[in-house]
Amino acid sequence: MENKNIKNKHYIDTCYKLGIVVTAILIALFLGGILFLMAGANPFEAYAVMFTKPLGNKFGITEMLVRAAPLMFVGVGISVAFRSGILNIGGEGQIMMGAAAGIAFTLIFKDLPRSVLIPSAFIASFIGGALWAGIAGYMKAYLQVNEILSTVMLNYIAAQIYVFLIRGPLIDPKEIASGTGIAQTELLTKTAWLGKLIKGTRLHTGIIIAIVLSILIYIMLWKTTLGYRLRAVGAEAKAANYAGMNVKLYLVMAIMISGGFCGMAGAVEALGVHHRGLEGLSAGYGFSGIVVALFGGLHPLGIIPASALFGLLILGADMMQRAVEVPSAIVLAIQGLIILAIVSTRIFLTDKKIKEKIIKKIFFQKKDKIENNTETDAVETEEV
Amino acid sequence: MVVEFIVGIISAGIMLCIPYMIAGLGEMFGQKSGVFNLGVEGIMMVGAFFAFFTELKTGSSFLGFIMAMIAGGLMGSIYAYLAVTLRVVQGIAGIGLHLFGWGLASTFFRIYLGSITTIDGVQALNIPFLSNIPILGDLFFKHNIMVYIGFALVPLSWYALNKTAWGLKVRAVGTKPRAADTVGINVNAIRYQCVILGGIMAGLGGAYITLCQTQIFTDNITAGRGFIAVALVYFGKWKPKGVMFGALLFSLAHALQRSLQVYGIDFPYELAVMIPYVLVIVVLAFSSKSKHVKPADLGIPYNRESRL
Repeated sequence: MENKNIKNKHYIDTCYKLGIVVTAILIALFLGGILFLMAGANPFEAYAVMFTKPLGNKFGITEMLVRAAPLMFVGVGISVAFRSGILNIGGEGQIMMGAAAGIAFTLIFKDLPRSVLIPSAFIASFIGGALWAGIAGYMKAYLQVNEILSTVMLNYIAAQIYVFLIRGPLIDPKEIASGTGIAQTELLTKTAWLGKLIKGTRLHTGIIIAIVLSILIYIMLWKTTLGYRLRAVGAEAKAANYAGMNVKLYLVMAIMISGGFCGMAGAVEALGVHHRGLEGLSAGYGFSGIVVALFGGLHPLGIIPASALFGLLILGADMMQRAVEVPSAIVLAIQGLIILAIVSTRIFLTDKKIKEKIIKKIFFQKKDKIENNTETDAVETEEV
Repeated sequence: MVVEFIVGIISAGIMLCIPYMIAGLGEMFGQKSGVFNLGVEGIMMVGAFFAFFTELKTGSSFLGFIMAMIAGGLMGSIYAYLAVTLRVVQGIAGIGLHLFGWGLASTFFRIYLGSITTIDGVQALNIPFLSNIPILGDLFFKHNIMVYIGFALVPLSWYALNKTAWGLKVRAVGTKPRAADTVGINVNAIRYQCVILGGIMAGLGGAYITLCQTQIFTDNITAGRGFIAVALVYFGKWKPKGVMFGALLFSLAHALQRSLQVYGIDFPYELAVMIPYVLVIVVLAFSSKSKHVKPADLGIPYNRESRL
């Protein structure tokens, strides 16, 4: 009897958590639906196009994975920082600095053999992103500068530096010679291109690199001393300090790893997709990556599927733009709504009083109804 | 020539500082009450869009400002609900609000405007007699009306915060919410008021950009001014006067960057655009050590039912 009760309680607990998260997402999508209505489109049709159309053929699926690769890098990177208690909003800037470093390296050392060139280009990108993020980390740890503000400012600065580089020192000599002057670097040497996974598509090996590195980060965070310390600093800085950890050092280290991963997202885009440096390379992945990280529960293994989902969302938005004539910018607003919905769930998951109240309402008074439905309704009234 | 150049920069700086200043003052109220709103940028973009759109459709700048304030107030109340009632993690929620506002403004821009159009906006007016004074006239008396309103908000904000009962409540709520609660101040109500006021002012700041400054609307038109406004509050040590000087500092940098281009001084465009942002970083690095002025409970949601 006792045992059964505990089991039952556990079951209710899991249901509750799941219900809250699902409700939050549904609310975000519902509000997004209102936006579609305002844009003059049928929300059901728009969502249907967004989430199912890309999955219909080989092209759609591979394109989704092409977008998932940089998202995974950024998502994993950002979750490392978040786990250490530092909010890295600088993904965009770190992607661009990483891309610039990787591209510059590849342009300079183009004669290196493939097996050396690609890994070292990735390392260059990692360093580029890590150093850029390190500025914010240093300022946070030693000067108590709010890292959100500094990373946002670094985004704007990085964007200008990146454009300056591809318009100035790194510009394709052909663009100058022909007088067109498009801001892009020359095509990278073919030995630096990431291999194709499926012929005739754009899907490249970057997605595999992303998955492998995500798993490595999972192992680093949960199975090594370094990872334990990084998480300890994030969970309770004072306690970590008492335990003799150098909190400031770990803060800087966390955001540098984070920035490095964002930088590698830049490398993946440059070496895998565009094969050169051009304007708009970061394509908003730095912000979408934040949503991916939150959606994936700040856990590398959750981020892998989450990045596929948001790859789908971004690709779907492009297709939707053509199918139902709603600007793809709407996906930005929906991502904002998803962030707001996810952060709103915290109070329902951690505040015991609210939790008990809702559980009582759902499970013990309306037992005859289908559990999941009532759960959704109850929380909805609670949140509105 | 040199005098002309300098007068031009300062005059432009005074004109450009208004959006930073109005949004920064609004954010200051929120932070004084203990709520950290990073979504100012998104609110400004929405305000900028609605102001522009209203002016385009009705021809009235006044209505444009009103619409921007309503839109900003609505965005502010969304954030207040999340930050005060749902007690969310404020940094991240602000970024969510920013993305939402950005996406909303971009989407509406593409649906309802489609392409870049111009409006008349609010024109600068020459104040009789005073504008004829050499140098001083160019500096101070040839601006649009919002400039004067913006600067009037500085002493007004100071008065509201430091000389009224409401201001005392705001400061109490941001410093020791539990004590404030004990003496019967409704902590959450005060925080709601401040955050919504912040939203309204951010909307107004956004409106200024499209109506008084650019007279056009494009994607990402606020270009980080909302984030700079948040940084200004830190820089200004949570004082209206400080916010004003900070705003002037950044707008002068902005004006300098613009005149470098106008005067054709050979300096890479991208590096010139960077100046204000670099300045923020430098200023933050030197100003954030002074912790004692920061509202003690900034960013910490108040839970009435939690134990001490």
